[in-house]
Amino acid sequence: MTKIHLPEGYHLEHDPDDLWGDSRIIVNIGPTHPAMHGALRMVAKLNGETIEKSYCEFGYTHRAKEKLGENRTFHNFIVYTDRLNYCSALINNVTYAMSVERLMGIEVPERCVWIRMICCELARVIDHLICIGINAVDLGAFSYFLYGFHQREEAYSLIEKLSGARLTTSYTRIGGLMADAPEGFEKELKAWVKKTREVIDEMDRLLTNNKIWKIRTVGVGVFNKEDCLEYSYSGPNARAAGIDMDLRRDQPCMYYKDVEFDVPVAQNGDVFDRYLVRLEEIKQSLNILSQCADRLKKGPIWAEDKRVRIPEKNVVHNTMEGLIHHFKFFMTGFQVPAGEAYTSFEAANGELGFYIVSKGGSSAHRMRIRGPSVWHFQGLSSMVEGEKIADLVAALGSINIIAGELDR
Amino acid sequence: MDIRNPIPTNGGDWLARFQEIWKKQVEILQQKFGDTIEEVRMPPHAPTDVPVIFVKKDQIVEVMNFVKTSPEFDYNFLADITATDEESDPRFEVVYQLFSYTNKNRIRFKVRVSEGDEVPTLVSVWTGANWAEREVFDMFGVRFKGHPDLRRILMDVRWQGHPLRKDYPLRGYQLFTEAEPVDPGLLE
Repeated sequence: MTKIHLPEGYHLEHDPDDLWGDSRIIVNIGPTHPAMHGALRMVAKLNGETIEKSYCEFGYTHRAKEKLGENRTFHNFIVYTDRLNYCSALINNVTYAMSVERLMGIEVPERCVWIRMICCELARVIDHLICIGINAVDLGAFSYFLYGFHQREEAYSLIEKLSGARLTTSYTRIGGLMADAPEGFEKELKAWVKKTREVIDEMDRLLTNNKIWKIRTVGVGVFNKEDCLEYSYSGPNARAAGIDMDLRRDQPCMYYKDVEFDVPVAQNGDVFDRYLVRLEEIKQSLNILSQCADRLKKGPIWAEDKRVRIPEKNVVHNTMEGLIHHFKFFMTGFQVPAGEAYTSFEAANGELGFYIVSKGGSSAHRMRIRGPSVWHFQGLSSMVEGEKIADLVAALGSINIIAGELDR
Repeated sequence: MDIRNPIPTNGGDWLARFQEIWKKQVEILQQKFGDTIEEVRMPPHAPTDVPVIFVKKDQIVEVMNFVKTSPEFDYNFLADITATDEESDPRFEVVYQLFSYTNKNRIRFKVRVSEGDEVPTLVSVWTGANWAEREVFDMFGVRFKGHPDLRRILMDVRWQGHPLRKDYPLRGYQLFTEAEPVDPGLLE
């Protein structure tokens, strides 16, 4: 906060830190403000333009997902996972499918795992593009956002080819996938990767060394390493502060052991470093994508496990047993053996975890979703204390709060 | 086939990598805290992915401080705090998921708490425990002793009941015609 130094002997009637003569005002930022990235609210006490104290509120889009998880079957719950972090719905789908498969001890075939990895990295690129793009829009760099937005639309077209939907994909099934990747998907993916690399370089040249961008972001919204650990920051936000943690590398699942990628780590933990880490992570994700496309081979996409295998349509329509199987699968669901597991994966924003406790039924006893946004949003108040209100917008955009994941 | 047969592509190597470490850590905890450690569920004998250590609720802050700071443990990252409604006595289990980003290791602590009882807050150990504990209070009605700001977090402040309790109905809607008021006291 700006400290005012008064000449000696000079006496003020009011508090010298009070720039405007005790005219502090309380401002409600959100829940429907365009700079708030979703239905979340910050109530700030301002001294002039400086935020003296603030508190955050959320829950405006609370849809009781954890309660639904206890009342829907494991198969039914897949569609609800889309609506967590809707910018990277595929990562939620994959993590959820993995956590139930882990409880059931089901291993999915190789092709399925590679396609899931492609899904995760595509979603990560989309999520990061939207984060840095919107962050730039908030600070006035509109055209930058459009560069990324085009590639993002192209990525959504790829996802549409996989799952038939663009945003809420519901692509994974427990023990498999909704559908196989179409013929020639690898080629299209590689062409997209090549084009996106060029676009990312162009975006890098356009904004990274821009003077105004640097003034607006360097040293703004600083959250150092200790703060990050106190508030359980994970993902790019933690890496921007020097915490070398990436669950893809540290706790490898799927085939992340077999692909090569680097984990970018920055030091200062300000808005600019978060931007740099995300930009570099897009490049690394593109590397992973091209490796995945190379290694994608023909094969089955479903685990051969009768408990979770959804019967083929021709079997359902032509045999009595198939019809019964289909009916039982969708009406009562399959049973998951008793046990508990916390399965976490490096989502685009940080550690996404599903803590599922099963008591042997066809729906969970407890379905806990650990979304990274909750923990990131919690740190926002102390991050922006003493900063200008315009810097709040920069800081909020850079930690990428997604309301769907925040409210669950 | 269940969690006791971990699958290679998802945590299949955890037992090989961490089992000895976990055993050693549990031994140290049992030596240091004695009766405070009520029960230990160890994979692969128990159906869980990582060891579940039940701690008496009054000592939870001590134990957490120890596992956070001592070099053999180094569980420096609070992954999650949540609770489960067990519909028995004691009714709730508060669950703490810890991760060590230096040792890449996970562990889980649990505290049994009866309805109406209080659990000491972890805010002094991790500042970030604040909102997670508020959510547990909001959803289950478990109160945290010494918590600086134990208000509802997802539901409206005027909400009746705790939605994630098993006896709360699935469609227990409550409608409010006026918006939730701003609390200027929180800005002091």
